[in-house]
Amino acid sequence: MAGNAVSAAPPGGPIFGKRQSPAGSGGAWRFLPFVVAAVVLLPVAVVVSSFLTPAGDVWRHLVETTLADLVANTFWLALGVGLGTVVLGVSLAWLTAVCEFPGRRVFAWSLLLPLAIPAYVTGFVFIGLFDFTGPVQTQLREWIGSGVWFPKVRGRLGVVLVMTLALFPYVYLLARNAFLTQGKRALEAAQSLGLNRVQGFFRVALPMARPWIAGGLSLALMETLADFGTVAVFNYDTFTTAIYKAWFALFSLPAAAQLASILILIAFALLIAEQQSRSRMRYAEGRGGARMDRIRLTGIRAWLAFALCLGVLVLGFLLPVAQLLWWALGVAARDLDARYFGFFWHSLLLSGIAAAVTVGLALLLSYAGRHFPDPWTRFAVRASTLGYAVPGAVLAVGIFIPIAWVDSWLVAAGELLLGTKPGLVVQGTLLAMLVAYVARFMAVGFNPIESAMQRVTRSMDEAARSLGLSLGHALLRVHLPILRGGLITGAMLVFVDVMKEMPITLMTRPFGWDTLAVRIFEMTSEGEWERAALPSIAVVMAGLVPLILLTRHAEK
Amino acid sequence: MKKYLAPGAALLCLLLTVPAALAAGEVVVYSARNEQLIKPMFDAFTKETGIAVKFVTDKEGPLMQRLKAEGANTPADVLITVDAGNLWEAANEDLLQPANSEVLEKNIPAHLRDPQNRWFGLSVRARTIAYNTQKVKPGDLSTYEDLAGPKWKGRLCLRTSKKVYNQSLVGMLIAQHGEAESEKIVRGWVANLATDPFSDDTKTLEAIAAGQCDVGLVNTYYYGRLMKKDPKLPLALFWPNQNGSGVHVNVSGAGVTKHAKHKAEAVKLLEFLSSSDAQNLFADVNMEYPANPAVKPDPVVAAWGSFKQNPINVAKAGENQAAAVKLMDRAGYR
Repeated sequence: MAGNAVSAAPPGGPIFGKRQSPAGSGGAWRFLPFVVAAVVLLPVAVVVSSFLTPAGDVWRHLVETTLADLVANTFWLALGVGLGTVVLGVSLAWLTAVCEFPGRRVFAWSLLLPLAIPAYVTGFVFIGLFDFTGPVQTQLREWIGSGVWFPKVRGRLGVVLVMTLALFPYVYLLARNAFLTQGKRALEAAQSLGLNRVQGFFRVALPMARPWIAGGLSLALMETLADFGTVAVFNYDTFTTAIYKAWFALFSLPAAAQLASILILIAFALLIAEQQSRSRMRYAEGRGGARMDRIRLTGIRAWLAFALCLGVLVLGFLLPVAQLLWWALGVAARDLDARYFGFFWHSLLLSGIAAAVTVGLALLLSYAGRHFPDPWTRFAVRASTLGYAVPGAVLAVGIFIPIAWVDSWLVAAGELLLGTKPGLVVQGTLLAMLVAYVARFMAVGFNPIESAMQRVTRSMDEAARSLGLSLGHALLRVHLPILRGGLITGAMLVFVDVMKEMPITLMTRPFGWDTLAVRIFEMTSEGEWERAALPSIAVVMAGLVPLILLTRHAEK
Repeated sequence: MKKYLAPGAALLCLLLTVPAALAAGEVVVYSARNEQLIKPMFDAFTKETGIAVKFVTDKEGPLMQRLKAEGANTPADVLITVDAGNLWEAANEDLLQPANSEVLEKNIPAHLRDPQNRWFGLSVRARTIAYNTQKVKPGDLSTYEDLAGPKWKGRLCLRTSKKVYNQSLVGMLIAQHGEAESEKIVRGWVANLATDPFSDDTKTLEAIAAGQCDVGLVNTYYYGRLMKKDPKLPLALFWPNQNGSGVHVNVSGAGVTKHAKHKAEAVKLLEFLSSSDAQNLFADVNMEYPANPAVKPDPVVAAWGSFKQNPINVAKAGENQAAAVKLMDRAGYR
């Protein structure tokens, strides 16, 4: 079906064509992907190098006992969350981008809000509300009696539901970008060929949005595979559970890292497969692509659309936030003090700088990858995004080891040159933290930009070149305006993700430099979830500001 | 491009100058015990001795990897954990050094510290039986092992086996009964479960109170916290194995790191934490039991009754932890 859509795009040069850019253009561009890839791949390499240390007994134990269950659990979780996020993300994106119904404007930005709550927090709230001891089932037992049936909350269905609600905004945001920038020509052409609206959606709009949907889905899936917090709250054992068990319980970091390497391999295989499957398709949109007139939903359809959006918003955001607020109010008198200004500021500062740096590098990567489409560059570009598939704490160690290594080298050099022992130089600095965040969240910044890059036709590149613009100037003056939506999306996602990030922040932060996420850790590590509500609400609020500002901006 | 250079360089300098130099009269702590449970003691220590305490919190696993990666350059002088297993592992990985101090040896009983003095328990965390007072009479309860018997079928709630407290408990069972017998006990527990294991002790207690099950195994301070919030809950604690091995206890404890730059200050901090003043603060802040037997627990905690502790050295929990985890996996205890 994609063929239809592709031929609907105007003729342009191949984006991944065989033709190389003219010799001599952009020497620095040539090496940039490799430099960035090296930074990301260093911690990944540390993780993979664990295979040098044998951990056969842990493997044997896992194979003999739980491995089959873990793999099955992981498979069902990934499948469930994958399907869930695509169905929810794409349908909501279509409704808010292309249709018109009551509340659409508010839903357009508010449906992003679930992203601001860490998934494990949503999970804990859900279990608290809906499990046997929660208010819902307690009330039901009072009304109906003790034999009342209720679906199992701490089970596969529950964890899939919660992670879908937490992660669908990745797909929603990217798919919405696609639909908003698609223009009306293709759909008009489809209608003139006799397709009705539903057919037009499935046979034209959806295939044309594929790179965007794939980008969002791969973020959701990578996060699902690397997740530990949410599955731990549900006590739902996945592959990641085995990773942490090998490390924390069996004291075998090599075994943990080897298991993590398998996750990296799976993620890489999926990325490459997806890329290959659409490598000959083009998604550029021609000549401005006038914005479509919205499809006006009426009667029952309008109400159904309204109900779907509201339902998702309530379950994914309003309900957990209401519970968190309730808890936070109970502990605010004891826990809320002036230090929260510091936590808040640190979180904002880190997230802001990390978002800017990651998106800047992602833009350069994507751009360099576009101009040098040889296999090595493409490999380097894709490999730069792998940090997102590694469980956070494992990647944190992978990052920390090279940093400590550089430091011990610097200390030795300092001793030799200066005669005195300097303190640790890199470690415990914001620079180390930023490098770590970039390594972890490159995929989050990269995917939206890479899909937006599909909108730039080859003929635009050629026009820029014929005007004598260098690669750098072409990027600034031709590409940036087109890529704006993708850049904003990428920055927003990285911002919110860094805000929620825990293991890397814990391991690389300077002394006394606590953030809101660190506060959440301090409370949850001893099971004090109600006290964790206060920093959680603060994270949500800090994440809200850019979400709302930037979506409104993107809407214009 | 030039105009970006100056601000860029300034930013880089700013980013690089955050780390503080190692000053005199301070001690640096890596703590897996979270801030609100440790900072009051540090403040008291600084007030009494003038020695500043710089600390960073994280989970035990990452903190130990950090010590390992930093090697001789580590800024850390003290490692604090909330269980004995991880202290044992830290000593096992050669990350700690002996702190020979008469004060510590006098204050901390032998079974709550490393035989080579590389770490010391500072508070006691008892893992005991909690039961629903409307459904169970204390006379029905006796031992951890008894909970594996058929009379508890469908009446038991447990927290996940992935929590170190349960790993330590089973590790101690192995020390007493050997692996084969312990596996039988754990299989008995699993067969008696009323519902899937919970992710934390509070949830376990709530399930017992709500009647989803009748008995469970929890650390006492979770019970204390929950009852403080809702004193009407039909819950009570029972001290098992009082005619035999005693209640399983774990410790939150600390050791001096191998490459400590402030060893004297570090030992001083540990001595302070084991002293009567600090012991009350250390234990009471979380309704735990003092490790120093000369110190009385908080009145609320004391009201739960006194009990005989398992006298086997808590280091056994670490030594047997891997075996315990594998055993629980085999027994299907998630």
